[in-house]
Amino acid sequence: MSVQEVPQGRLRTPFCARLAALDTLNSWHTWKGYTVPDALYCADTEYFAIRNSTGVFDLTPMTKYRIKGPDALVYIDRLVTRDMSKIRPGRVAYAVWCNDQGQVIDDGTIFHLKEGEYRLCSQERHCAWLMDSAIGLDVSITDETAEVAALAVQGPTSFAILNRMGIEGLDELKPFGLMHVDFQGTELMVSRTGFTGDLGYELWLDPDRAEFLWDTLFAAGEISGIRAIGTDALEHARIEAGYIAAYIDFLPAHATVRTGRTRSPLELGLDWLVDFKKPNFNGRRALAEEKRSGSTWRLVKLDIEGNKPAHHAYIFADAKARRNIGFVTSAAWSPVCKQNIALGTVRTPHGNPGSTLWVEIFYQREMHWSRKMARAEVVDKPFWFPKRRGLTPPDLV
Amino acid sequence: MTDRYDAIVIGAGHNGLVCSALLAKAGKKVLVLEANDQVGGAAVTREFASGYSVSACAHLLYQLQPKVRKELGLSAKPASDRMRNVALSRNGKHVRYSDGAVTGVSDGDARSYRQFHRQMTRFADLLNTYLNLTPPRLGTSEFRDLATLARLGVDLRRLGRDDMRTFLRLIGINIHDEVTERFETPLLRGAVSFDAVLGTHLGPRSPNTIMTYLYRLAAGHGQLSVPRGGMGALAEQLAQVARTAGVTVRTNMPVKRIVVENGRVAGVETAGGERFDSLIAVSNADPKRTIMELVGTRHVETGFTRRINNIRMRGNAAKLHLALDGLPTISGLAKTEFGDRLVIAPDEHYVERAFNPAKYGESSPEPVIEMTIPSFRDPSLAPTGKHVMSCVVQYAPYALEGGWTEATKDAFAKTCIGTISEYAPDLESRITASELLTPADIEREFHITGGHWHHGELALDQFLFVRPVCGAAQYRMPLDGLYLCGAGAHPGGGVSGAAGRNAAKYILRERAA
Amino acid sequence: MKTYDAVVVGAGHNGLTTAAFLAKAGLDVVCVEKNDYIGGAAVSRNLHEDWIYSNCSYVCSLLRPEIYRALELHRHGLQVTPFGGSLTFMENGDYYGSYHDAEVAYRERARFSRRDADAYERYRSDTMRQCRIIRDFLLSTPPDPTSFRPKDLLGLLQIGRKFLEVGEDRIYETIRFWTMSVAEYLDEYFETDVIKAAMSGSGIIGTALGVHSPGTAYVLLHHYMGDVDGNVGSWGFARGGMGAVSGAIAGAFQSYGGEIRTEAGVDKIIVRNGKARGVGLDNGDEIAANIVVSAMDVKRTFLKCIDRSELDEGFYTRVENFKIRGSSGKLNIALDGLPTFPALPEGSSLHVSDMHFIDSMERMERAYDDWKAGTWSKDPYIDMVMPTTVDPTMAPPGKHFMSCFIQYCPYELEGRDWTDLEREAFAQTVIDQIANYSPDFRDLIVHYEVRTPADIEEQIGITEGNIFHGELTMDQLLFNRPVPGYAQYRAPIAGLYMCGSSTHPGGGVMAAPGANAAREILSDLKRPNTVPENFGDD
Repeated sequence: MSVQEVPQGRLRTPFCARLAALDTLNSWHTWKGYTVPDALYCADTEYFAIRNSTGVFDLTPMTKYRIKGPDALVYIDRLVTRDMSKIRPGRVAYAVWCNDQGQVIDDGTIFHLKEGEYRLCSQERHCAWLMDSAIGLDVSITDETAEVAALAVQGPTSFAILNRMGIEGLDELKPFGLMHVDFQGTELMVSRTGFTGDLGYELWLDPDRAEFLWDTLFAAGEISGIRAIGTDALEHARIEAGYIAAYIDFLPAHATVRTGRTRSPLELGLDWLVDFKKPNFNGRRALAEEKRSGSTWRLVKLDIEGNKPAHHAYIFADAKARRNIGFVTSAAWSPVCKQNIALGTVRTPHGNPGSTLWVEIFYQREMHWSRKMARAEVVDKPFWFPKRRGLTPPDLV
Repeated sequence: MTDRYDAIVIGAGHNGLVCSALLAKAGKKVLVLEANDQVGGAAVTREFASGYSVSACAHLLYQLQPKVRKELGLSAKPASDRMRNVALSRNGKHVRYSDGAVTGVSDGDARSYRQFHRQMTRFADLLNTYLNLTPPRLGTSEFRDLATLARLGVDLRRLGRDDMRTFLRLIGINIHDEVTERFETPLLRGAVSFDAVLGTHLGPRSPNTIMTYLYRLAAGHGQLSVPRGGMGALAEQLAQVARTAGVTVRTNMPVKRIVVENGRVAGVETAGGERFDSLIAVSNADPKRTIMELVGTRHVETGFTRRINNIRMRGNAAKLHLALDGLPTISGLAKTEFGDRLVIAPDEHYVERAFNPAKYGESSPEPVIEMTIPSFRDPSLAPTGKHVMSCVVQYAPYALEGGWTEATKDAFAKTCIGTISEYAPDLESRITASELLTPADIEREFHITGGHWHHGELALDQFLFVRPVCGAAQYRMPLDGLYLCGAGAHPGGGVSGAAGRNAAKYILRERAA
Repeated sequence: MKTYDAVVVGAGHNGLTTAAFLAKAGLDVVCVEKNDYIGGAAVSRNLHEDWIYSNCSYVCSLLRPEIYRALELHRHGLQVTPFGGSLTFMENGDYYGSYHDAEVAYRERARFSRRDADAYERYRSDTMRQCRIIRDFLLSTPPDPTSFRPKDLLGLLQIGRKFLEVGEDRIYETIRFWTMSVAEYLDEYFETDVIKAAMSGSGIIGTALGVHSPGTAYVLLHHYMGDVDGNVGSWGFARGGMGAVSGAIAGAFQSYGGEIRTEAGVDKIIVRNGKARGVGLDNGDEIAANIVVSAMDVKRTFLKCIDRSELDEGFYTRVENFKIRGSSGKLNIALDGLPTFPALPEGSSLHVSDMHFIDSMERMERAYDDWKAGTWSKDPYIDMVMPTTVDPTMAPPGKHFMSCFIQYCPYELEGRDWTDLEREAFAQTVIDQIANYSPDFRDLIVHYEVRTPADIEEQIGITEGNIFHGELTMDQLLFNRPVPGYAQYRAPIAGLYMCGSSTHPGGGVMAAPGANAAREILSDLKRPNTVPENFGDD
């Protein structure tokens, strides 16, 4: 008898049937081997659900690792650039991790589940790196990607919906907090985290109970405008929030072939995540050196004149396009801010907040292409940062 | 008790002693901590049976760098000097070679060997210059690195066009092809092949065995000697020089860990719980042991850990020590020749076949053997009229399938003795005591990971710019205050003192800057 | 008697490539071939009924796209279809598949080890980085490090700059990559034996080295750097067999006015007054030409076809010492139908893949030990493909052609010639190995052809039948290939050039040696260059 072959097609997440039931567009793509929707009815509508009511996004394909053992804290503190001793059980930290050269391998969230136990959640896979980082330490690494189903519930009415579902203690859950609750006999983890820059939560549980959670959630959310959303809407929201994405705004160091194409956290505007005071961590020496001698690149948030999104645009220091200093990595028209926004990478010393740069935008109208040099303001803050995002308890709307 | 030193050297191996002596001579306050009760590391003389002493690990001196000898004022008088190599033949028609001269072969081979030796020593001299220098970093704009590289370029071109081409071709080539192209005498082919693969996990057909051969010739053109009193005597003399220079050498002080505080070396803690403070720790231990055990991976980075973890350092050379109640009989060997180096490596295929099982975790059923009878010229090593035989036998893989047990050790010792007996039929009747040290034993007794005599395979991908690992070839480890000075660092093993000397120079230069 | 501008000896793909570029530049060129068919080792032979055999080289990926384009090979009938997927059968009844789809490939690796599945990404980018370094040098002449000529110094400077660009850490990695064994290289990424065994094959194909021999990591690259339409590492089949490659190059050559003479074996390269003047054929005819270009391997060229007195001793010795080792054999089989492989799930895409039958590094290395001992591997590494699964033109409908490349197979058995009985025993070793995994295989065989290195030498003319015209070890690469000081395609005799795979960058149906030689010749003749530049890739 022959050994069964690994699945040849795209995998379905535990929520796939529910998503398919709501789907009207039949527009799907692959994310880490799973089928996920670009959009289900209309990307714009879905986007406004995030900003106006609640959007539900299936993030099961996110890679999840359980990190456990007596050396778990030492391990994770050496892994990432941020001081993890400050992250107590029940808290979540956004973090980046680097190779020895101080170049970013990936970013992700680290959930301090309980003493000596963490979950690391990221877009890319890192089993080999995580295991190599465990050499000489008493810690175990388990890939639990397929064992945990996850939903992002994001938007101004998300608190009200989850409250209505009967999740207790939610009113005390602060941003970047996590809690475990009993959900009709299953342990449900709720974290106040997300990729939209808005009020929102992420729910984590056993895949066998995934559809039940979905049904309960949508029943509770019906009167609060809950909507399933696809990646297009999320992509829009994350640019407004100023969040970076792997393979778009930076390249994972391990997967990069060409020299100089990777970025350090300092070059990605993540200086605040790098703690030189804590004990040794991966990339520390290189980053300290970079701090001394200066970075090559800088990530900029751009507020661009006009309304033509600056996809893949060159960035110039001058309006005459003589000095090319970088390029746009993510661009969007922000419906909530009514701004033409973008993330980009430019050579230092360019890109100081408040400075003016120029982007070369090509756009097509009825077959014909036009070029426009647009003035771009370098801004400091996320484009979208609503007050409700930080309120505890959030408003019951 | 807390004492503050300018530097603490971990391990009183010959490199540790050389390094400490040079640091002390430059005015540094240096402490050397040695785990064993004798100094010398793998350069020790030890009694293995009542009244019989032997150089327990390294047993021939041929790589000691003249610069080390000179700078430390070493004057040890050798018991045997200008030893010859005798490649044994079962029918007594041995091949003898040393210093470019060979007997027992055709005129053509004698000529070829002379040419071969002349060319090899010329290349070895070039190599030796760089064995005595800290490898330059590549791709930097540092003046010192560029100057060394430029010098290398000039030295290569100075070989002349023809020799430069030959050198560039030879460096990666295998010894098998060279010996088969150059010589017709199987014994000579075998012996030279064996010289090239001694102490490595390579067979004569493995590329880069010319490089290992050149390495062997680098310091002294392959001229062999044994110090009076065995290799331990050299270590004692080095320790004496170090002490005279002001170094504190303490034995029976195994180091438990290197203390790291605020991201840098702060001192050293011994297994007995004693702590010594110093901002500089210089480890004569192998790189794996240094990083994985003494420092702990948490204090270094993942990529570096991975590289250290990947260093290949599984020894294949075992030591066999025999106490003999008299000299064995070897047909065709003159009485005076018992003081020479005797080699069992009948031809290049034999050496290759001996290597094959080592790849699969098995020991050689027909091993290659290097024998010396040090008591022949140095009666102090054995009771009057009796002798000790010290052999290096290959291949005895560190990670023997199923592990080294008393039974597998006995069996291998028997195999070795059986092999020698084919040349010395009365050997077995003369043995009164014996000892076999497998790489696993060497690891345990001398604290060398894998029992590898180079502290890491001497292959091109672990040599020069990339020894012990990429980005750390300059003795300095990526932890402030930590340095390597042992064979695991550039240039590699053998009792040469080069690593210890280069490390000391590097540390002094860096500290002066 | 007519005097040609150039005579090219050997109508293999490299000889034809040189000839084509010279003819394209307006030279009057004749290409002579000893066999009654052209192609050298890139041939499609009709050896049994309606079956077409790619009986030497069997896949096409290294052929430089620059040359493909410059010679407009598509106009001359060449069409290469990519072929994905490979498979290793395991002794325990399992198998390891390497799928074309990245996610499926990930899942398959994860079935053995998640760590390995993830490590692949780093492995891929590290290996790609090495590919990129070497690829830029394929279509260029290696500089001579001992020379002070501006061109050579500039070339060295360019190599230096290339290294500087990659950065300090990468330089060290590159040094290690070029010097380590494929086994050790893979050990630094993977833990699963079968995954390593499956990948290590590319490190030893065509060499007289084992997976543990230093230098084999580079050989891996030599098989990886090919591409079909930019998909690095993927293989393709030339429609109609490998003869389509040489056929198309010959077509291009003839379209530029070139002349091909078959059954014109060269007995002697004629040298007068220290200059090559033409060739003497074994039928006694002479062909006069102003320059002679040899596509034969360097040993055959200088040790067999030129008077020793014309060469200085140092050069002669170096050619003698150049290592061309017979290490691989072939078994070409006509099949009555597609063999079944019960270990594979029904309907699996792996039924149509590049198949292998050795599942551990130890077995890989032991196969080499047999070769060292002077015999063929009793448990051989077989690279088995059936081009007819994608190419309908090579066998009657429903029938198949199977090409088995076998590692290791010596040129001589313990120093003496092969007997017919031994050739047959060798074939049976291979057939048994495959039949272990395919019960109906043996019965489907309608015809087979055994090719030991000695057979290949006898028929194609390559010394010891070595597919690369010389080992791809460090000492025989770049400026050392084939002989230090003569790596720039010029022989030490005026008017004589080398364009075969013994020259940089070596074998594989790449056509780069042929193109590089043409560039040097045209430059010597002060003719406009017709040889394309690297496409380049930043």
